[in-house]
This record gives sequence, C-alpha cells and structure tokens, in this order.
Amino acid sequence: MKKILPSEITPYSTYLNRRKFVKTASAFSIAASLSLSAKALHNNDSSKYISKLDENDELNTYEEITTYNNFYEFGMGKSDPSNNSSLFNPKPWTIKIEGLVEKPLEINLEDLLKKIEIEDRIYRLRCVEAWSMVIPWQGFPLSELIKIASPLSNAKYIQFVTIFRPEEMPGQKRRLLPWPYVEGLRMDEAMNSLTILSTGLYGHDLLNQNGAPLRLVVPWKYGFKSIKSIETIRFVEEQPSATWSMVAPNEYGFYSNVNNTVDHPRWSQATERRIGEFMRRPTLMFNGYEEEVAHLYKDMDLQTYY
Amino acid sequence: MLSTNRVKKTKPPIIILLFLPSFYWIYLLLIGNLGVNPIEKLMDNLGEMALRLIILTLIISSLSDLRFFRSLVTLRRTIGLFAFYYVCLHFSTYIFLDHFFNFQFIIKDIIKRPFITFGFISFLCLIPMAITSFDGMIKKLGFNLWKKIHYLIYPAAILSSFHFFMLVRANKTEPIIYIGIIILLLSYRFYKKIFIRR
Repeated sequence: MKKILPSEITPYSTYLNRRKFVKTASAFSIAASLSLSAKALHNNDSSKYISKLDENDELNTYEEITTYNNFYEFGMGKSDPSNNSSLFNPKPWTIKIEGLVEKPLEINLEDLLKKIEIEDRIYRLRCVEAWSMVIPWQGFPLSELIKIASPLSNAKYIQFVTIFRPEEMPGQKRRLLPWPYVEGLRMDEAMNSLTILSTGLYGHDLLNQNGAPLRLVVPWKYGFKSIKSIETIRFVEEQPSATWSMVAPNEYGFYSNVNNTVDHPRWSQATERRIGEFMRRPTLMFNGYEEEVAHLYKDMDLQTYY
Repeated sequence: MLSTNRVKKTKPPIIILLFLPSFYWIYLLLIGNLGVNPIEKLMDNLGEMALRLIILTLIISSLSDLRFFRSLVTLRRTIGLFAFYYVCLHFSTYIFLDHFFNFQFIIKDIIKRPFITFGFISFLCLIPMAITSFDGMIKKLGFNLWKKIHYLIYPAAILSSFHFFMLVRANKTEPIIYIGIIILLLSYRFYKKIFIRR
C-alpha cells in the first residue's frame, strides 16, 4: 500500500469542524469526505456518539492513534507498526466465514461495504498496559455481518483470525507470538451493539498499523481483544483459543474485560495514562461502558473469569 | 598491555559520553519529541541503560583478571556510578513523572508487582555501593568490609535483569541475553573462588 502523505491526512481541527458541519449537512457531504475505497453508505448521525464522551474525554490526535500501536505482526515496538507496515497490501480483501454457519462464505470487503451502512463510533480504547486513547472509528456493528453469515443455533462463540503474510508482515517472520493471531468473543458479546468491525478512523481508511482493512473494536475489553486485519471469522461451539491467553493464561483471560479491580501482575489496572495527558486517571469499570455491557456478565465471577 | 595511564586518559571523554544519552533523552522529552508516550519511553531508555552499565562493570571485573585488561579496573568505579545515576533517573521518572508522587499507589505497586519489587530491591542494593565509592572509603571501612558491600552488585545485576525480563511481554531475547551474560560471569567467579583459591 502506498504511504499516506501528510497532506492526505485530515487535520484534527478540520475533522472536528466537519463533524459539526455534518450534523446539519446532507449525507452526501460526508460520503464525499471519505477516501474513495471507503465509499459505503455513511450514517451522518454522529452527534449521539459524541455525546457518549465523558465531559473530560477528548479525542486523541490522528498522529497519536497512527504512530503508537501494538501490532506485533509488524514488530514489538510501539512505532514499529507505523514504520514497518508499508509492504502490507490490504486490497483487495476477502473475508472467510466458516464453521457453524448455514453455508461457508467468502466475501469481498468492497462488495460488503456496498451493502452495509458505515457509522461513526467514538470509543475509549484501554490497553492492558495501562494507557488509553479516545478514537473516532468508522465501522459497522459486527451483528450485521453475523446476520449475513447466518450461524447455526449451536454456534456459541466466534473466533477471529488475523491474516498470515510473513512477506508483508515482518514480525511474523520471527516467533514473537504463535502466528496467526487469534481472538474470540462469546456470541452475546459479539451481538452487543457496541461491538463493531471498523474500516476507518478520522474519516480515512484504516492505515495498515491500525489493522487495515478490517478490524474488531470491542471498547469494554482490553485493546488486544480488538483483533486487526481479520481474514477469517469462524463460528464455533466451544470457547475458542485467543493468542495472549494461550501465551500467558495467568495474565490474560479469555474475557479480558477492562476491570479496575482485577490486578495484572505487570500493571495495576486501577489507573491509566491517557495518551497526551500527564496525570494518570482512574480506570472505569468496563472502560466506562458498564451500562451497556454489565448485564452480559451478571452471574459471573469476574475475578475468576478475568 | 593497556597502560593505566592510557586508560586514565580516556576517563574524561567516557564521562561525557555516558552523560550524553540522559541529556539527549531529557532534551527530547522537553521538546516533545520522545514519541506519543514519552514518560514510558524515557523510563525504558533510562532503565535499559542502567542495566547495560551494571553488566559492563561485571564484565570489566572479569576481564581485569587478564593481564592485558587489568588497567580497565580504573574505569569500573566510574561506570558503576553512572549505572547508579541512570537507576536514580529511572526511579525518579517512575515516582515523579509516571505517578506524580502518589506514594500510596507506588508503595502498593512495589509490594504487589514482583517485577517492580525486584527493580526496587536492586536499587536499594546499589545505594551502599554508591555511597562507599569515594576515595578513602576502602581505607575507612577496611578492604574486607568494603569488598563485602560491593558484592551487592551480584544481587543488583540478577534482580534488575529479571526486572527487565518480567516486564517484556513477548520475545524475551534481549533480557535473556543479559541474564545469560550475568550467569556466565557469575559462574566464572564461583569457579575462580572454588578452584583457584588465592
């Protein structure tokens, strides 16, 4: 993929202005503002997501979001993904849907985007390493794709698999982690309206370092659950394996909900550093999405199922 | 053979060289050019530098058994003090920049998180060594006591390399290399002590 030129990046202030503008403008203007390949139908009702921000939450800048990433496929350093991902080519992209579904499918992403409405979602992202950001994503509810996939009734979980392309992803040439990266969700978590598949942020297609062309965003879980560059979506009956909980089960559980009361051996989860801020801030239960998701876990001991 | 005089002459440039990284990183921090999460970056850089210098002092100690390198020992104290300097900066970054004197939190962190406990004990080990690193201290304390105090470099090296090992999430190659070097140097010491009594 060609490197994005600084001139192509929407300046932060322009983006904010555009959002204000969109509230009163026609849907056409926002569609035109998207980069060409993301020209899916665009929901221009972003105001309700902005209102989801706490009063003291502010969007992180495009630069922060695109230069500070954990994406070990491109290396372990925070700036490795932005430096080492230029060989990765996310176009065209085919998503394989398999497992317990009526009929396994291979969907071309561009075709899919013609049928699906892209929405704005402004979410906090809390990394297990105790830092966080606020990111304006574009994407669509995972539930939309689940509908298309029509899973069988015994499908209780979904497993996601990142693409494996060591020639384009230098980190995969080394055994930093068992490749390919896998993650999973319980069906009700996957169907929750907060869970999205993202195709862009700040009105641009996702850059490679952010998981182009399609990634999961589950805002009430630690960032590593939001698997990037998804190639396969597999419906299964048993709880699927997930990379980090395979590597270190005592540190990372399958659920990995943001939980300020469950301590991690490396990082206290009671506080976090919001990127761009000096003072740490307290971490919110379920990353502040308690109202939307707490019911999913109401009979579960979250100290055990961390 | 390296003459003591020649080694001594390298001391001033080495002192400047060892100060430079810290000045450079602090400068980058102040102009906002240390990446998106500058505090973490600064802390990592300082800590890694400290660990490398600790290991360097151990290497010098072993090398100085060879006649050719014997004079290097005159540099060991300087490098050891710089290790302490970087540990102090590393620790104050943690206290001041990372947690802004939230001592309630910091104390809990030190007790609860083994990797921080290790790092902290390692820091404590270095303090008596640094204090007794000045001219005349050997005489004042007597060589035996002084030497005993300076054996603290071993727990300090082991603990700080494990501190690093436990912090890294995946691919622990770098900390494993450090631990490997330390084990190698330590076993040489033991070997020497047991088989070549002097």
